[in-house]
Amino acid sequence: MTADSDSPQAPARKVRPRKGGLWPWLHRMGAPATFFTASRRWLPWLWALAIIAVVAGSVWGLAFAPADYQQGNSFRIIYVHVPAAILAQSCFMLLAVCALLFLVWKIKLADMVATAAAPVGALMTALALFSGSVWGIPTWGTWWIWDARLTSMLIQLFLYLGVIVLRGSFASRDSGSRAASILALVGMVNIPIIKYSVDWWSTLHQPATFTLSEAPPMPASMWIPLLLMVIGFYALFGALVLMRTRVEVLRRESRKQWVRDLLSPHSDSRPGQNSPAGSVSTEGDH
Amino acid sequence: MSLPDVAFSSVSEFFAMGGHALYVWSAWGLTATCLAGLVIATRLSRRAVEADIRRRLRRESARS
Repeated sequence: MTADSDSPQAPARKVRPRKGGLWPWLHRMGAPATFFTASRRWLPWLWALAIIAVVAGSVWGLAFAPADYQQGNSFRIIYVHVPAAILAQSCFMLLAVCALLFLVWKIKLADMVATAAAPVGALMTALALFSGSVWGIPTWGTWWIWDARLTSMLIQLFLYLGVIVLRGSFASRDSGSRAASILALVGMVNIPIIKYSVDWWSTLHQPATFTLSEAPPMPASMWIPLLLMVIGFYALFGALVLMRTRVEVLRRESRKQWVRDLLSPHSDSRPGQNSPAGSVSTEGDH
Repeated sequence: MSLPDVAFSSVSEFFAMGGHALYVWSAWGLTATCLAGLVIATRLSRRAVEADIRRRLRRESARS
C-alpha cells in the first residue's frame, strides 16, 4: 500500500480546474485554502518576470539611455519615479475593487488582499513623492510646490495611511475591514484628480509619458527601458502582494483544519485527511 | 533597432551622472532599499506567523 493511495485530498485542496471558464475558477479561488495552495505556483513566474524586467530596465535606463538634452542625467530618476507613481494609483484601484468585493459580496479573501496591498501602495506613493522631490531640485529649482499634482499625491499618501490605521483601530476585525473598505471607495475620487491634475491646472509637472492615443514624446531608447521598469514594478507589486496575502491568509485561518494539517508536526492526527507523505511542505515557500 | 550606445565614456563618469549623482543615486537607492526591505520584512512575518501557529499546535498536542 502506498502512502498516497489512502489519502484522498480534501475538496478544498483541489486546484486543477474541473470546469472551464473564468467565473468558476474565480469562485474556487475565493476560498482561502484553495487560493493558498494554488498561488504558490504563481510566485516563481511573477518573481522571474519582476527580476528580468527590473534588471534589464535598470541597466538600460541608467547606462544606455541617452542623457536628456535639457535635464542631462537627472532625467534618469524617471525610471523609478514613474513606475512607483503608476503603481501607487493601480494599488489604490485594487483596494477599491477589493472593498467592493468585500462589502457587497462578503468575499473575505478580497479583504485579505486589501490588507496585504495597502502598505505596498503607501510605500509606492512615498517613493514617488521622494523621487519626485529629489528630481525637482535640479530641474525646477525646488523640492516642493503646492501644485495640484503634488498635493493630490500627498493626499493619496494620507488616504493610504488612513486605510491602514482605520483597519486596525476597531475592536472587531470586521468593523475595521468595513471602515477601511469604505475609505478606499471614497478615496477613489482622488484618482481622477491625480490623473488629470496636470491637464486641468497649470503646473510645473510634465504631462503623462505614456498615453493610449499618442506615441511617447521621447526616443525609443528612452521609453523602452521605462516600459520595462513599469512592467517590472507591476510584477514586483504582484509578487509582494501575493506573498503578503498568503501570510494574511495563514494568520486569519490559523485555527482552521487545513492550516493545522499544513503546519502540524504530526499531520497524521486526523487519519485520511493528510498523510505525512502527502502533506504540503512550506519550507522554502515564500 | 540596434542596441543603443553606452551613454557614458567611463565608470567614474557613470557614477558622477553629469553632476547629478546626488539626485539620481538617492532616488534609485532609496527605492531599491525600501522595496528590498519590504520583501525581507514580508518573509520574516511569514516565518513569525508559521512559528506562532506551530507553537500553538505543539502546546495543544502536549495538553491532550
